Amino acid sequence: MPTEAEILGALSGVRDPELDEPITDLKFVADLRVAEDVVDVRLRLPTPFCAPNFAYLMVADAREAVLSVPGVQRARVTLDDHHASSEINAGMADERGFEGTFPGNTEGESLDELRTIFRRKAFISRQEKLCRTLLAAGYSAAELAQTQLGEVPASEAKEKYLSRREEFGLDVSAEAPLVVDPDGNQIPKDAVVEHLRFARITRVSIEGNAGMCRGLLATRYGIPDPEEATP
Amino acid sequence: MYEKDGEKYFVVDGHIHFWDGSPENQANIHGKQFIECFYGYHSALSPEEYLWPQEKFEKYSEEDIMHDLFEIGYVDVAIFQPTYLKDFYVNGFNTTEQDAVLKEKYPDKFILNGSFDPRSGENGLKALEELVNRYDLKGVKLYTAEWYGRSKGWSLKDYWAKRYLEKCEELGVKNIHVHKGPTITPLNRDAFDVADVDDAATEFQNLNFIVEHVGLPRLEDFCWIAVQEANVYGGLAVAMPFIYSRPRYFAQIIGELLYWLDEDRILFASDYAIWQPKWLVEMFVDFQIPEDMQGEYGTLTPDIKRKILGLNAASLYDLEVPSEVPQEEAVAAGEAEYPEKPY
Repeated sequence: MPTEAEILGALSGVRDPELDEPITDLKFVADLRVAEDVVDVRLRLPTPFCAPNFAYLMVADAREAVLSVPGVQRARVTLDDHHASSEINAGMADERGFEGTFPGNTEGESLDELRTIFRRKAFISRQEKLCRTLLAAGYSAAELAQTQLGEVPASEAKEKYLSRREEFGLDVSAEAPLVVDPDGNQIPKDAVVEHLRFARITRVSIEGNAGMCRGLLATRYGIPDPEEATP
Repeated sequence: MYEKDGEKYFVVDGHIHFWDGSPENQANIHGKQFIECFYGYHSALSPEEYLWPQEKFEKYSEEDIMHDLFEIGYVDVAIFQPTYLKDFYVNGFNTTEQDAVLKEKYPDKFILNGSFDPRSGENGLKALEELVNRYDLKGVKLYTAEWYGRSKGWSLKDYWAKRYLEKCEELGVKNIHVHKGPTITPLNRDAFDVADVDDAATEFQNLNFIVEHVGLPRLEDFCWIAVQEANVYGGLAVAMPFIYSRPRYFAQIIGELLYWLDEDRILFASDYAIWQPKWLVEMFVDFQIPEDMQGEYGTLTPDIKRKILGLNAASLYDLEVPSEVPQEEAVAAGEAEYPEKPY
């Protein structure tokens, strides 16, 4: 029988696409039950009006993650207290997919496009986080432009950046340039400062949203609000 | 008017409400959830001594609003931003007509803004004209996330939205406040996307577009637009209260806004009754960018604070500012070169 720890471990690989943080860290996992080979997970969000597209992605990703744990035969992931809870939960139970869950309410591309937009933002934000630690350590912006991944000392920031980078299928070899756009193009030396400035506001925005969501979730469910993170 | 350390500040609260979210007015579960969401914001980000019980928050009185804004809140002029939500509330959540009762009673204290919904077509155009003429409106608040029958939202790029903006131009309604919220249709898109403001601001150069909540949660996209469109402004409602619970984050927001927009296009707002201007004004005037962040973001001077707290809004709405409040000459718009958006 799979253990709760194994299930939580799998769920920690699911991120809020908009906030770029694991749903377990965000405390979106409200309840978890394992009975033999059947797993029930309940998710919760900061407000009833959180975007249903992101909500759907997290529920679907969570289900897939739980099913990937050896020994799990059935996974039921449901969403609590949301204005689209009943649609999402029913759509998930019948495996109707996103379009089938909300027929007539989507247009053009699938949810993948949305996910890509936010992965690009997350990628840029992680890159800036890493670069600012390097700038603080004495690198100049021009030096960053010429730095290769292999020359960057190991750190948590580097690890996270590399994982986002890998998700895009971008080169993560030691010789690859550190500062690239989400398509993998190296940023020229004279454009690095402006590139990082825009990257900075992207990070500020993502981190701020995450803080807001944490605060709202804490208030909504009466759990402690973690202290302000130092940027 | 607020005075501290010998500096005087003219205060315009750019975003206030006089709503009815009471259970009697809730038309359905969405009305209940909507006011609960607001109450969540209120509870999560207010200092404890300013917390209201939920029942009072759902529906407060004329006495409350006059007291909180003008008697203790230092506000000189407050701008009503209506939020109709007629699909959620029997009589609407906060309509122009509801706000007009106070505007008529205290004409010098309030600026009344209207609203339109382009999905109302030709009839709505006529209704907008009547509303503007009846109340002599200079601004509208748009809520692209509003539900309307089967439709769960609209875009400023829509054909009919442009017809309404043309009408605004014709009627002298020059301030277009845009609120982005969780629109539902099409569901697979980013509901908070502010890109349509870019489109409208380019096409309607004579109108001012004030993006409420500085585009949060899409601050970066908002700044990207604002840097290119001189007629785009940022309203600080919802960003302000971070000054108390997350001051370092607030410093980053203000720092980024000053970098991308400059000090002439940022407007103070409380979003009353979600938050109260008294503590926001006091804390903002006392606020400084933390020392270790000043290298990146610089510092806030009394002149910058004065512009944000009132002078910028006064200029948008042609308000008379008392001569005792110093008005530094507006900084000329920079000719800075901006990078290509990297992605």
